[in-house]
Amino acid sequence: MTDIDKLLRRDSFIERNARSRARALLDPGSMRELAGPFERLHSPWLARQQLVTQADDGVVVAKGTLDGAPTVVLAIEGGFQGGSMGEIGGAKIAGALHLAARDNRRGIATQAVILFETGGVRLQEANLGLAAIAEIQAAIVDLRRYRPVIGVSAGTVGCYGGMSIAAGLCSYLVLTREARLGLNGPQVIEQEAGVNEFDARQRALIWGLTGGAQRVATGLADACVEDDTPEVRATVARLFAQGLPAQNRSDRAVEYLAALAGIDTGAQAAPEDVRTTYTQGAA
Amino acid sequence: MEQIQTTRGATWLRLLTDDAPAVHDWPSVHVCNAPLAGAPARWIAVLPDPASRFPRARNGEVGLVEGWQLARAVQETVEQDRNAAVKRPIVAVIDVPSQAYGRREEAYGIHQALAGAAGAYAEARLAGHPVIGLIVGLAMSGAFLAHGYQANRLIALDDPGVMVHAMGKASAARVTLRTVEALEQLAERIPPMAYDIRSYASLGILSQVLGVADPAAPGEDDLALVRAALEAALANILADPDPERGLAGRLQGEHRAASRRVRELLRSQWEAAN
Repeated sequence: MTDIDKLLRRDSFIERNARSRARALLDPGSMRELAGPFERLHSPWLARQQLVTQADDGVVVAKGTLDGAPTVVLAIEGGFQGGSMGEIGGAKIAGALHLAARDNRRGIATQAVILFETGGVRLQEANLGLAAIAEIQAAIVDLRRYRPVIGVSAGTVGCYGGMSIAAGLCSYLVLTREARLGLNGPQVIEQEAGVNEFDARQRALIWGLTGGAQRVATGLADACVEDDTPEVRATVARLFAQGLPAQNRSDRAVEYLAALAGIDTGAQAAPEDVRTTYTQGAA
Repeated sequence: MEQIQTTRGATWLRLLTDDAPAVHDWPSVHVCNAPLAGAPARWIAVLPDPASRFPRARNGEVGLVEGWQLARAVQETVEQDRNAAVKRPIVAVIDVPSQAYGRREEAYGIHQALAGAAGAYAEARLAGHPVIGLIVGLAMSGAFLAHGYQANRLIALDDPGVMVHAMGKASAARVTLRTVEALEQLAERIPPMAYDIRSYASLGILSQVLGVADPAAPGEDDLALVRAALEAALANILADPDPERGLAGRLQGEHRAASRRVRELLRSQWEAAN
């Protein structure tokens, strides 16, 4: 098969919407959507501002099995309001993770996948989005004591804001080359700190510093996969099969502080500096 | 971003702990041990460090180093108390203007540093440490997620200088394609968009709002009031019948009806989907 044929036959994960991504990760026929669009969970806050709402508020809660194991997939729809977290979408993710943790306390080893396509807090719901993200973080830390919580960011939105902190709490992180993972988006940094600090038009710089390949090379994520649905699914299944990591990435303060103590902050950071620092030190 | 006063955190930490010495020689994360309700407790605040090696984290922002140091300050408390019958309370004195916005920060993974801090507080809470957040100034966005938002109970001072939000006004206006004036008008009728602490209190996330005479330079009466509130919060946490000591208490506010409906739907449909 030629490369072109391979490309044409590839089952893109990125091109799928949130619901289709969730279905593709679960065993065929096992998916049940909870708090789905027929419940008409429109954001009350967007409606009050005459902004477009969506009946699922941009989050899909899909329960089913993955290789036979009870699994809940929380898929964020990057195509709705930039994947931003409002009250309802946030409550869906936090609530489902909480129930998965409760399952484990009752002897059912439910595990979770979060598909991050999000700019972070939905600013039109500001403090309720922020509160929901804190509750999502609390629930990830609770659940990851029992079963891995796996974060996936495929693109094209990326994973930003408070939800990047949630991603940093996951047991494992899977990224594609197209994904970006960072706290502050380039445009916000440019607005806050000026174009000399970060030029948001420089796409190579953005992907070089925060893209999927760089995050995996620096140990800030665990696997860099092709935009290929079977590969994404197989990688998630392999990581679940590994069980809990020996140490969560977010628990490695001592190593990261040691690594950061050694860097030269006089100059701006380049991708290779980060690779050197984190492959010698923390990663 | 607006110029902001960021020394309230230092003032309150110093006064509430009676000048207890710092446990670490960290300039921007002040950690000390001092009593709460007559028993040992750990106290933590983020302070400005004008000499920070990271130029975007010199005004009290939570940056790479601050995030991981907060994580360490909490983790070591959990480690030290692992076999103790009584887990020490942890008090986060909150006055954080923002996370650090910079290229170095993104390059070295500030999201992971903040996850370190948020995760440490959440783990401490799950390990049985009563965690209390005391908001004396700004509690902004990622900085608040890293320092305080995982607490069992949140207490705030009732004062115009006390604010909680997801993004500074100027940036939030730009991102949402609005003017600052339009944003302020919307905030008057959309409580979660407001910056003031009374609107935030209407969301039901705070356990208490305290009126003090001088939040920038508290006197003896102010200190006594805040100490009493911290002690009451501690007693309240210890009496919590929920073995997980989760954050469910935050869902009861008048403006969180949609959150409650979603949680209830999920609960009822979860079992049926098995």
